[in-house]
Amino acid sequence: MVIKDLLYRLADDCLIIAHRHSEWTGFGPLLEEDIAFSSIAQDKLGHANALYKILHEQLGEPNPDTIAFNRSEQDFKCCQFVELPNASYDFSLVRHFLFDVSELFRWQMLQESNYEPLAKLAVKIHGEVKYHVYHAQTWIVQLGAQGNEESHSRMQTALNTAWPYALGIFEHGADEGALITDGVFAGEDALRSAWHGFLVERCAAANLTIPTDATPMLGGRKGYHTEYLKPLLDEMNEVFRIDPAAEW
Amino acid sequence: MTEADILLALQEVTDPEIPTISVVDLGIVTSVSVIDNVIRVSITPTFVGCPAIDIMKRDVEQALSKLGATEVHVDVNYDIPWSTNRVSERGRAALLKHGLAPPEPYIVSFELDVLNDTACPFCGSRNTTLKSPFGPTLCRSLHYCNKCLQAFEGFKPL
Repeated sequence: MVIKDLLYRLADDCLIIAHRHSEWTGFGPLLEEDIAFSSIAQDKLGHANALYKILHEQLGEPNPDTIAFNRSEQDFKCCQFVELPNASYDFSLVRHFLFDVSELFRWQMLQESNYEPLAKLAVKIHGEVKYHVYHAQTWIVQLGAQGNEESHSRMQTALNTAWPYALGIFEHGADEGALITDGVFAGEDALRSAWHGFLVERCAAANLTIPTDATPMLGGRKGYHTEYLKPLLDEMNEVFRIDPAAEW
Repeated sequence: MTEADILLALQEVTDPEIPTISVVDLGIVTSVSVIDNVIRVSITPTFVGCPAIDIMKRDVEQALSKLGATEVHVDVNYDIPWSTNRVSERGRAALLKHGLAPPEPYIVSFELDVLNDTACPFCGSRNTTLKSPFGPTLCRSLHYCNKCLQAFEGFKPL
């Protein structure tokens, strides 16, 4: 069912980026950034949970905890971009920016979905993602255009590294055509176009150059992942696996 | 029992993270009905990931169970999305009392630039600086007042 595939893609992206952002808790370069990445992680986890709830309550999938903690790596439909390790703050920040701009347009488009539970949730999530983009772009401009040579060079290097993976966000799902013709979602190609247009303007303001010859890193939407997802899941599921039937 | 009785009872249920404001004044109660002595109430979270929503649902159920209804149903949904425009005048005063700058009201949509001149809850000055759009809870931002030289928190417009 195409709606299930779409919801898993959306939710798994949110769950995995939430885990990566939460790894900054206690390690942020400034207290405010520690709080910001932790808060964004909490928002993303909420978005994943709300989507897993739709899968559970409307579409007969297992409960959210089971979906999140008890699936194998190849069942995850997240893009490879969100799995990559945080590395240094520059890469984390650039990934947060590129991913959240895609989220901003994705949730704007999903407000028009004729799948009602998703359209209602989209109104809510879109308002929250505005803050995520606002946070990211403030720092991108500051470090890209208003910092020094080192900060600019690190931002540009991070952008070059992140870009092929960011293009993987827009890998088509199981049946992209059906989603579009059924009016569920206007599709990844339309999303990518809106995303790119926004970034051309914002990267120029940050004095950063968008790579032009990148090959998209695909596979995540079909369950093919980088070597980094398995260790992430092992860590995320560690407590759950000790006693899967525990009441919290 | 009427819908007014239910809303009155819910004035006693507060946000566990901001105990000066009731769930009604916070605007998270989105529908209330009582038919044949069966109460149905919908609530909605301020932020999707708000960890307090389950506690507020439980508190709402407990408050309503004292009214003598045959059944009480409390549903959490997004039928009417929460926005800061749903915070009542009494709610805005309650936020201020808690030392939080009330959210700027807006029409249709808002630009986040409004965060840059949030009025200081201590001295009222708009000569303030946004330090971070994220604070100690998902619904708050961090600011600094350049006039009275105090850090303060604001309730983010959404």
